[in-house]
Amino acid sequence: MTIQSQEMLLNMGPQHPSTHGVIRFVVKTDGEVMSEAMPDVGYLHRSIEKIGEICDYNGFMPYTDRADYLSAMNANQGYAMVVEKLLGLEVPRRAEFLRVIAAEFNRIISHLLSVGALAMDVGAATPFIHALKEREKVNDLMEALCGQRLTYNYVRIGGVSYDMPPNFSERCLDFLDRFEPQWDEFERLVSANKIFIERLSKVGTISREDAIAYNLVGPNLRASGVDYDLRRDIPYSIYPELDFKVIVGHGEQGEVGDSFDRYIVRVREIRESIKILRQCFSRIPEGDILAKMPKVLKPPVGEAYVRTESSRGDMGYYLISDGSAKAFRLRIRTGSFTGMAIIQKISQGMMIADLVTLIASLDVVAPEIDR
Amino acid sequence: MLIIVLKIIIPFLVIMQLLPLLIWLERKGAAYIQDRRGPNRAAILGVRLGGVVHSLADVVKLIFKEDIFPTNANKFIYTIAPFIAMAVACVTFAVIPWASPLEWKGSAFSLQAVDLNVGILYIFAIGSMGVYGIMLAGWGSNNKYSLLGGLRASAQMISYELTLSLSVVGVLIFAGSLELNTIVQNQGSNLLSWNVIRQPLGCLLFVVSAFAETNRLPFDLPEAEAELVAGYHVEYSSLKFALFFMAEYANMIVASALIATLFFGGWQVPFVSTETLRTYAQPIAYYSVLGLGLFSVAAGWFLVRRKHKVVYHDARDYETKVLGFPALLVGLALIAGQILYGPLPLGETGSQVAAAAFQFGAFLAKILFFCWVFIWVRWTLPRFRYDQLMKLGWRVMLPLALLNVVVTAGIYLWF
Repeated sequence: MTIQSQEMLLNMGPQHPSTHGVIRFVVKTDGEVMSEAMPDVGYLHRSIEKIGEICDYNGFMPYTDRADYLSAMNANQGYAMVVEKLLGLEVPRRAEFLRVIAAEFNRIISHLLSVGALAMDVGAATPFIHALKEREKVNDLMEALCGQRLTYNYVRIGGVSYDMPPNFSERCLDFLDRFEPQWDEFERLVSANKIFIERLSKVGTISREDAIAYNLVGPNLRASGVDYDLRRDIPYSIYPELDFKVIVGHGEQGEVGDSFDRYIVRVREIRESIKILRQCFSRIPEGDILAKMPKVLKPPVGEAYVRTESSRGDMGYYLISDGSAKAFRLRIRTGSFTGMAIIQKISQGMMIADLVTLIASLDVVAPEIDR
Repeated sequence: MLIIVLKIIIPFLVIMQLLPLLIWLERKGAAYIQDRRGPNRAAILGVRLGGVVHSLADVVKLIFKEDIFPTNANKFIYTIAPFIAMAVACVTFAVIPWASPLEWKGSAFSLQAVDLNVGILYIFAIGSMGVYGIMLAGWGSNNKYSLLGGLRASAQMISYELTLSLSVVGVLIFAGSLELNTIVQNQGSNLLSWNVIRQPLGCLLFVVSAFAETNRLPFDLPEAEAELVAGYHVEYSSLKFALFFMAEYANMIVASALIATLFFGGWQVPFVSTETLRTYAQPIAYYSVLGLGLFSVAAGWFLVRRKHKVVYHDARDYETKVLGFPALLVGLALIAGQILYGPLPLGETGSQVAAAAFQFGAFLAKILFFCWVFIWVRWTLPRFRYDQLMKLGWRVMLPLALLNVVVTAGIYLWF
């Protein structure tokens, strides 16, 4: 008697606890070891780019929140910057500081969620809750600033919508003082855990060449050893004045570019964001928060492309104006899409449990993939 | 006949009563580890008991859920799997001794359902049946995730069973018997002669393998939530799911009881031997009832004196009063009774029963402590990967267990 064997086709998603949103993978597996995981995108497509051609310029701002709802401030900022570039608008300095404060807070909570979810996906539920607890506190601060907790819609073309409420900077600095020891504790609980390190080191290693060839951006690119950060290399807003370090993966628990490097880069970027925030609060000038603007925005005919360093890396807005009140074409370029693309190559010959680690460590977020 | 029936029913009831308590302990423990409050809403006539009532609400919910049969599932296997899982967990309890045997009319009366002379072998034999429940559930529900969970469970439990059995051999060498009661009596009441001191490596290996056998974190690969959704019980709902859920906790209690019995002196009260307990049964009973009364009064006073807070605008606002006054009254009654009537004469049988009750309490405390260790570890550690688990089992734990056997046997022969 011969025993027949065949590869098992496992459908992972779109509803699955560890794909973080509606992402689907078709996994070809032989028991625990899989030969390939094919990503399937498009479950969260909301035609945001097309909506950008239907709305007027100010009206599109809330939609940018939804383009990446875990890092809405960064998405806001990119869109405002591209329209300002077309208009040739000068943004008040205080507004620039407020934008950076909001964006860095948003980077902190986005990384918190990413790191917490990664810990959850390797089986530790407690770090996730601890990370979310801190995230809630930042959400409270953001609520005080702009009235929203997730989709902020804070940045306006030409500035920001609200000034800081009274005592805001004291509250924020107080939070940062409390947050830093909490974050040390988190690192003691997770980063030094032997099982956690074993689960992450040498898993899903992305080489420097692959990372560049597949156009990875942001923390994923830096984890592969490429020293590249838009905030420093193509500076925008007030980032040139601020002092911060670009974190690069060194492969301290295995190889350069493995899941642990991607994890540790995010953990350390949170500390850099804290540094940036402290500088911002000490230097923020008085002044207007919104530039003088016409009621209906009609940018001159032309095109512009703006790149910003979002939580998930290089977020680009490409805008063509035909001189009317609505954009002729809007295109958003996001980091998660390329992160999703590399999974098929890296996942060959992996174990099923490692696929989950890889997805979580790449921090792919469903709304950003599809838009 | 009646005694045999009672001996069978009482351990079973003890497990069944411990289950909701453990589920509550898990939820509350997880909540405090994670800086949350945990369950505190479900109430019966305003009594919440700090969330214990929530377990009851869960039972009601699970009973009334729809019992779903997946279309392509094998009905027989699918149905029988949860029963195997639960039955195996409960049956193991039969040989665990709860207190020292009573001497009655010249014959020993053991406080365990069955006094088998091959108790340990029985436990391993029945314990390895547990894998059938999980494997059949994974196979019978005709779901790829369940299948993977079942595969993992069978591989994992069979691998760790070897270490589990081998790590006990050292204990057996010391006791010279497979009978659990003899093993406990052999350890004595002195802390330093417990097997955890005599067999530290064996104890460590046994505890780790017990974690793997009960499929708890860091070895919960069969139900790995992140990758396999819920593993072997992904297709189960209603009471069938409840059986799996309860079987997990029942297994935890069994594992804790085994750890306590084999390595932590079983029913032995630390530093107080059975003879001492029986000789001084009268004062011990007197002062423990008095202490219980004082504790009850203190707890009642604390609850009654708490400021009345109007939060819910229903019966729940009066919970502290509803619980506090009876506790206060019961405590006062106990104290008054003890003072008025003094130490009651217990007699030969009475002192034996009192000593047994005291030992049973000690054993229960040990079980609950190890259950807490299970919960504590679960909410602290991440999960292993499949290959890491196998590597740990076969390359680290099994050689260590063999080494432990050889060294223990060598030492025993030498001295």
